Amino acid sequence: MEDAVAAARAGVPRLDLRRIRKVYPTVIANDGIDLAVAPGEIHAVLGENGAGKSTLMKIIYGVTQRTGGEMYWEGEPVEPENPAHARSLGIGMVFQHFALFETLTVAENVALALPGHPGLRELARRIETMSARYGLPVDPRRLVHALSVGERQRVEIIRCLLQHPKLLIMDEPTSVLTPQAVAKLFETLRRIAAEGCSILYISHKLDEIQELCHAATVLRAGRVTGTFTPSRETPQSMARMMIGKDLPAYERGAALAGGEPRLRLLGLSQASDDPFGTNLEDLRLSVCAGEVVGIAGVSGNGQRELLRMISGERMIEDAAQVEICGIPAGRLAPGRRRRLGMCFVPEERLGRGAVPQMSLIENALLTAARTMRLVRRGLIDFAAARRFAAACVARFGVKASGPGVAAQSLSGGNLQKFIMGREIMQEPKLLVVAQPTWGVDVGAAAFIRQSIIDLRSRGCAVVVISEELDELFEVCDRIAVIAAGRLSPAKPASSTDVEEIGVWMSGMWPDAAAGAAEMRNAA
Amino acid sequence: MPLRFEARAEASARMRYGSPLVAVLLTVAGGLVLFILLGRNPLHGFRVFFYDPVKDLYGVSELLLKATPLMLIATGLAVGFRANVWNIGAEGQFLMGAVAATGVALMFHDSTSMLVLPAMLVAGAIGGAAWAAIPAFLKTRCNTSEILVSLMLVYVAQFVVSWVVFGPWKDPQGFNFPQTVMFADSALLPVLIPGTRLTVAFLIAIAALVAGHFFMTRSYAGFQMQVTGQAEAAANYAGFSGPRTVWIGLVAGGALAGVAGMSEVAGPMGQLTDHASSGYGFAAIIVAFVGRLSALGIFFASLLMALLYMGGEQAQQHLNLPPAIGQVFQGMLLFFLLGADVFVNYRLRRSRAAP
Amino acid sequence: MTFAMDASLVTPIVSASIVAGTPLVIAALGELVTEKSGVLNLGVEGMMAIGAVTGFVAAQHSGSTIIGVLAAMVAGAASALAFAILVLDLTANQVASGLALAIFGVGLAAFAGKPYESVVLPPVRALPIPLLADIPLLGPALFDQQWLVYFSWALCAGVAWFLYRSRAGLVLRAVGESPASAHAVGYRVIRIRYFATMFGGAMAGIAGAFLSLFYTPMWSEGLVAGRGWIALALVVFGTWRPLRVLVGAYLFGGVLIAQLFVQGSGLPLEIPPQLLSSLPYIATVAVLVIISRNPNTIRLNSPVSLGQPYRPDA
Repeated sequence: MEDAVAAARAGVPRLDLRRIRKVYPTVIANDGIDLAVAPGEIHAVLGENGAGKSTLMKIIYGVTQRTGGEMYWEGEPVEPENPAHARSLGIGMVFQHFALFETLTVAENVALALPGHPGLRELARRIETMSARYGLPVDPRRLVHALSVGERQRVEIIRCLLQHPKLLIMDEPTSVLTPQAVAKLFETLRRIAAEGCSILYISHKLDEIQELCHAATVLRAGRVTGTFTPSRETPQSMARMMIGKDLPAYERGAALAGGEPRLRLLGLSQASDDPFGTNLEDLRLSVCAGEVVGIAGVSGNGQRELLRMISGERMIEDAAQVEICGIPAGRLAPGRRRRLGMCFVPEERLGRGAVPQMSLIENALLTAARTMRLVRRGLIDFAAARRFAAACVARFGVKASGPGVAAQSLSGGNLQKFIMGREIMQEPKLLVVAQPTWGVDVGAAAFIRQSIIDLRSRGCAVVVISEELDELFEVCDRIAVIAAGRLSPAKPASSTDVEEIGVWMSGMWPDAAAGAAEMRNAA
Repeated sequence: MPLRFEARAEASARMRYGSPLVAVLLTVAGGLVLFILLGRNPLHGFRVFFYDPVKDLYGVSELLLKATPLMLIATGLAVGFRANVWNIGAEGQFLMGAVAATGVALMFHDSTSMLVLPAMLVAGAIGGAAWAAIPAFLKTRCNTSEILVSLMLVYVAQFVVSWVVFGPWKDPQGFNFPQTVMFADSALLPVLIPGTRLTVAFLIAIAALVAGHFFMTRSYAGFQMQVTGQAEAAANYAGFSGPRTVWIGLVAGGALAGVAGMSEVAGPMGQLTDHASSGYGFAAIIVAFVGRLSALGIFFASLLMALLYMGGEQAQQHLNLPPAIGQVFQGMLLFFLLGADVFVNYRLRRSRAAP
Repeated sequence: MTFAMDASLVTPIVSASIVAGTPLVIAALGELVTEKSGVLNLGVEGMMAIGAVTGFVAAQHSGSTIIGVLAAMVAGAASALAFAILVLDLTANQVASGLALAIFGVGLAAFAGKPYESVVLPPVRALPIPLLADIPLLGPALFDQQWLVYFSWALCAGVAWFLYRSRAGLVLRAVGESPASAHAVGYRVIRIRYFATMFGGAMAGIAGAFLSLFYTPMWSEGLVAGRGWIALALVVFGTWRPLRVLVGAYLFGGVLIAQLFVQGSGLPLEIPPQLLSSLPYIATVAVLVIISRNPNTIRLNSPVSLGQPYRPDA
């Protein structure tokens, strides 16, 4: 009799979601989602950006409330009102954009999420125990802003584990890690699961899901389009469930040989003006007409600083350290650099690449005013601006009712297409793109990557800075790695692989220090 | 009462222009309540405050006269506010414009040249702009908050005025009153409508409004200011100069405030006194906000604020209330506007508890 | 142009500087707590004016200074509440709303205080602390003060302890640093910001009451005279640290007293009195320049989310 009860209890899923709905004013984010997670199970939730994964997790964790449906926790109906409530049930969450406080120490950050009033010294000891047990090294006394992205993730995981969760939600945890660090994280997660904790693993990376997860649920446009056992599927079959069609292939010819250098970094060294930023040290790179050079790296290793110094948003003390189309440009303002033939797509779309409340016409003016002659004698030629914006919308397949709509009303993918289009239609000699497809759906991402390849085949020099290695291998002719503010040599993509670039991403390329000295002597 | 705010998909254009009207109605309602609390007949109070001041042509001309400096200053401030340059020291710039114009008037006291007035106008603009250039310089060079610096300079400007009218420029025949001599005719602005005090400064204000509108909507420089205000990172990315935005924003406000100061001493006052301003510099901040930083909005908002000024004076005479009641109304108006603005981006929904 | 500083002048000058600095201390510490939660309330001037009038009226009618101070505190908190509703619930622009509060508060105070302008209240007596007040020179300067001066010291210590030693203070700093993270971790950001804003208002109210009940003691329209704005500058000057704010406030008190002292000294100086009167305001600008010149000073110390509206998505 008792055995029967235990067995029945064993069959009860730890978390059981039924017909979950979440309606926002403009969009139905979740539309009748069913999902069950067994104790000790690592369950993948996969889907494209905008499929409704994050909303679903926020509902489970009590950050937001569902519009309809039922949620059962170990067989009991529950209603997580807020994260504290969810945590008291035994639900922990590691956020994609970490919910940490930069100016506080690790221990203070952990204390803020724990119930009761643990003393900081006692807490530090518990953090150290936990970090030794799960192979998550972190110093509880350090300030968070001094930590690398990987270390911050460990803080978040430890913060969850200290509450002995029965369900751990991980939102895109590997986007900030090197391939080797991913392998370590998977070991930790397997150990946690083996102790009986369930894990909800949100990702869009199919190979990872295949390697780690016991079961998977696929979301598309807010609905469940499939549940399966990852080990029995191929990446192709999973991709079909996720995007409804096969993964796109790219047409690319060989890189043009012998183009003149369009961007040269000649020992670029500069201290960051942000006290929490990364100092750049002796960066050397040459990008020629007709090639795409990728810069890989875990975020926070100097990408932001490098981008600002190439774009001109940040001046460099020694003008000669950055050369654009043969001209020392380190002390030129962004507008002057544009006139040399450089265009630029920043990583943040809303607020940097485009003004959210302004129309596409006005956003066209943002960078194309001079090059496309949209301004005459200080006055805006609105008719010309409208024509340019409309042409951009048409040529780059931006889904918008017209050029008069506000930038913020566009989806991430459509806005990125518009921004890419705005820069590409100025026919630059040099295009610098940061995170070209971050948060963009697969169809738009394919389109954007293809237009980068096409632009390079027309003789433009392109620099792509991205955290997605797959993307870099798809579009780049050569790949370099940025780590701790230093840049590796660029290696032809055909003669390297994800494994090698992964090692480089932790700063360990051959002769990292000696090579720099050698180049200095040669110059 | 489970009501909650829900973000609108796109800002409501109707509420953008509707909320100032809502704010006006709420202010009137608040005023009626205030009159009742003060034991006054609310309808009588309403009549004294909002109707009596403008019941005849002279009243209307006085309304336009009071609206003139507000319009001038608010137009300049709006240029800066659109770029998130918070010049709140227009009061000081107004005073320094008045001082500079007075200097010219006194220097050419015996001249009958037609050029005295234009020279005073230019001096006023330069005086105000120079005072605003201090926070602009400190902001662009030393990263100092323009809010606090421009405001501190209001107090300093008041002491400058006090010093000149008590000291070097005091009218020797003025029975020791803190004031200058009355300006010569050549230093007084021509009256627009005979029998009133309304001067050509009103036309200058209208011209400034039109010019400001043209600058903000048509010119590339104005576009750059707007981008800076709405998304500073986008302005950096586009390569729009941050310091230039700060300079334009502050100097535009300062110059027009200085012109307003000139128009007061060369208009209704005819001299510089220790009480050269009636708080126009601060009231114009309210005008700029209530007018949605747009030309037409500023036009109507400055009329409304001028009416509140006159209502305050009337209330003092006929209701025996302190004149500061005008300020109370002005503050209420801005409060209600800011509150009503929530409906531009949000709507009120009855919240449904999850089942 | 030299004059010898008589040793006997040290006590009155230090004492007077502390008195002149006290309203700044109280108002700035309140604003500091508000700003630490990420809310920028520029309306200190208005809240002080409202507090000054309310305190004065309440003290005059009740005959009790304590009731006056308490009434000022409540009035300051209430005016901060109006501001909080605007910026926290209605997500109005904090700069504009703060300006509105400043203008409205000063106007309302001038309006409501008109009938009381000629009334003078008996000054609040000093409360010497036994033994300490007998220390030569500094004893009487520091420990023979009105009780609200002692309160301001306790407030400084209390705010420092709260922010850096208590869990609630940790939460408050976390909210000011990253409201989105605080919300995700499970704190009620809006509610915490309400408390911090109203605390700031309550302190501004007390600071106003200090002016109208302890310092002058009377009410006039220009009584606050920009001290609310100087308090705002002091928070920046003190880089959001309670003790530095206290020291900064006393330096300002010193400037205020020094110029009064020079003006009243009858020294044959060719300095216009207006220049001396404007010194505190020029000094404010000067210290802002000094402290802001290194952008990292502000970056590292100011609450990260200061002045930015936050609304958790429902």
